[in-house]
Amino acid sequence: MPHIKTSIVFAERDGTKLKISGAEILLRSLKAEGVDTIFGYPGGAVIDIFDTLVREFSEDFKFILVRHEQAAVHAADGYARATGRPGICLVTSGPGGTNTVTGLATAYMDSIPVIVFTGQVPTPLIGNDAFQEADIVGITRPCTKHNYLVAQTEDLASTIKEAFFIATTGRPGPILVDLPKDVVQNKAQFEYPDKIEVPTYKPNVKAHLPSVKRAAELIRQAERPVIYAGGGVITSGAHKELYKFASMLNFPVTSTLMGLGCFPATHPLFLGMLGMHGTFRANMAIDNADLLLAIGARFDDRVTGRVEEFARDAKIIHIDIDPTSIQKNIVVDVPIVCDAHDGLSRLIEELEAKGRSPKADEKLKEWHSKLTVWRNQQRQRFDRTTEIIKPQFVVEKLYELTKGNAIITTEVGQNQMWAAQYYLFDNPRTFLSSGGLGAMGYGFPAAIGAQVAYPDKIVIDIAGDGSIQMNIQELATVVQYKLPVKIAILNNGYLGMVRQWQERFYDQVYAHTDITVAPDFVKLAEAYGAVGLRATKSSEVENVIKESLKTKGPVIIDFVVDREEGVYPMVPAGAPLKDMILV
Amino acid sequence: MENRKVISALVENKPGVLARVAGMFSGRSFNIDSLSVAPTMNPEFSRMTIVTHGNEAIFEQIIKQLRKLINISKVQDLTRGDYVDRELVLIKVKAASIKRAEALRIVEIFRARIVDVAQDNLTIEVTGSQGKIEAILELLSSLGILEVIRTGTVAIPRGRKGLKAGDSGD
Ligand SMILES: Cc1ncc(C[n+]2csc(CCOP(=O)(O)OP(=O)(O)O)c2C)c(N)n1
Repeated sequence: MPHIKTSIVFAERDGTKLKISGAEILLRSLKAEGVDTIFGYPGGAVIDIFDTLVREFSEDFKFILVRHEQAAVHAADGYARATGRPGICLVTSGPGGTNTVTGLATAYMDSIPVIVFTGQVPTPLIGNDAFQEADIVGITRPCTKHNYLVAQTEDLASTIKEAFFIATTGRPGPILVDLPKDVVQNKAQFEYPDKIEVPTYKPNVKAHLPSVKRAAELIRQAERPVIYAGGGVITSGAHKELYKFASMLNFPVTSTLMGLGCFPATHPLFLGMLGMHGTFRANMAIDNADLLLAIGARFDDRVTGRVEEFARDAKIIHIDIDPTSIQKNIVVDVPIVCDAHDGLSRLIEELEAKGRSPKADEKLKEWHSKLTVWRNQQRQRFDRTTEIIKPQFVVEKLYELTKGNAIITTEVGQNQMWAAQYYLFDNPRTFLSSGGLGAMGYGFPAAIGAQVAYPDKIVIDIAGDGSIQMNIQELATVVQYKLPVKIAILNNGYLGMVRQWQERFYDQVYAHTDITVAPDFVKLAEAYGAVGLRATKSSEVENVIKESLKTKGPVIIDFVVDREEGVYPMVPAGAPLKDMILV
Repeated sequence: MENRKVISALVENKPGVLARVAGMFSGRSFNIDSLSVAPTMNPEFSRMTIVTHGNEAIFEQIIKQLRKLINISKVQDLTRGDYVDRELVLIKVKAASIKRAEALRIVEIFRARIVDVAQDNLTIEVTGSQGKIEAILELLSSLGILEVIRTGTVAIPRGRKGLKAGDSGD
């Protein structure tokens, strides 16, 4: 272990334990957890931690100083989604903590392991409305998987151990650890536990075998099956098992927004995304299926449309690690509480031991022809002949020119849906998007997190002109750390997704969605010391993308796109999936 | 009450646990009809008795969401089996001299107790199941109830089935 002060090593050898400060305990604990990167922002309540970080641990951690704490959490979240390892944040008390709330809520909704350390006023002052005091544990209780106020330095190491354990196991989620200033300053002996037991927390990862057998029987007989895969497949690292399972059975796969990349989008069995902006084929498949296999997905209302009519002819098998997800929105026939990895592995074993009925396989062929008919009937499409840039064209070109190898983050709105529809994700952890919360401002900081984790990969934030302005200050961060993030703004001068709803459902009354008053994004990039490029015609798109990819540093590309292009198909909120509005 | 459910939860005796439970109920729009909490024989744990109502699907969610909270050790739906539930109620009634006999008679029938006597009112303490409490309140209301303070229900399964950490069952 590098970088442990020799005095401590000696003390440990003597058998007498030296006491070290809470700040040092924190940082040594993070090291013990294998943390290499911290995203954060300083302040009075955490000044000791920052001081120790710089004086004694500067070789151990890469520290990314963001320009707003919300961005620190989104960046840690992007880091976690891209790597599968927990993302770490360190911010100050009061406003530092309250600025993390949107980031925590985002990570909570999408089950992302993020651990936020907040400073807090010294314990004797808690409750006194002290300067920069906020009850951050109270504030974040409903948007964290769990949170802690550390009452004394002696509890720090074990609390951190528990925080990592809970954040990364079961259904992962964000944890907040609140650190009063005296707890950070006081000294205690340090011993980092190898293992921790939390008697009141025992997530069930292993499938109940009788349920697996029941599911396998349904699978053997299914004539019109669909696999509906969600983010849980990615979280549990079950994409290979999903691939094996679907290809051995020849079952079609659709995925949620969160699931994109869990099954190769270029594979013939992939139907595309389902739900509100899903493909015609995927939604028709759900509507006509006789067996639905939901894996690591939670029947979100953006997926189901009118819930009473969702997959109404299908028997439903639901594999999910979180018992509260099961039977919450929809009544299922075979619930299996376990992680997607174990569930799929057990199902594969069952079906390898005894295969499908030949009669069902005959019918499956007919089902595939039906799916092909639906695909040909309604492909995702846009007008490719226009001089004015179609936003879908930009995404398609990004896909082509990066050969599908980029990590794509998105903002929220139309940009997010076009990214999901037109970039084909073949690998997990390459599409990072605020799915459950839908937080504008997520994409750019998340791209920072992904780029820090993978300095050599192409990381692109597909953005809207509205969303990008929610965390635009992070341009300073990417310039400071020479992070070559590319921001592709699909600039329509509108809060486009809201405008689309107003066009469709609110008589074209565009209430406060015109945002043409905006900075010149090219000049803005330059003002921060980044590169700005612009395309206003379809013919320019390819060249600016190529140029941006050649550029070593961060680039904003301002794509001035068709202002009124809409995202289609679209299932109106609360309508059944089959009632899609096509182009 | 229709679909009355009594839940017994064994929770860690740590700061914020009550807030976690209460916040989960309010955040998800679940009803709490009553909630009582106090330490168990093992001071590291407290017992919560929560009375709620709702349809089966909602109730299933309530139980699962409670189990999902990290500091909760055990959650049991007592209404599924045989259980004893009790509530303690303090009732202040008007009792001008002519009504006093009537009040005393009701107290006797319900094995209640008079715990405070004033010039024109009496305070009655009564313990019992939901049904008994409802009944005495109804009778006393003819005398004029000034105030009622209820503890909320506490409950325990009948027979050997316990609720301690480590006990089998759910
Ligand atoms: C923080 C936040 N505020 C408000 C919304 C509601 N909202 C959803 S999409 C959208 C418009 C986004 O506009 P823009 O970023 O320009 O993207 P476009 O839809 O035009 O691609 C809004 C305001 C949101 N999702 N997040």
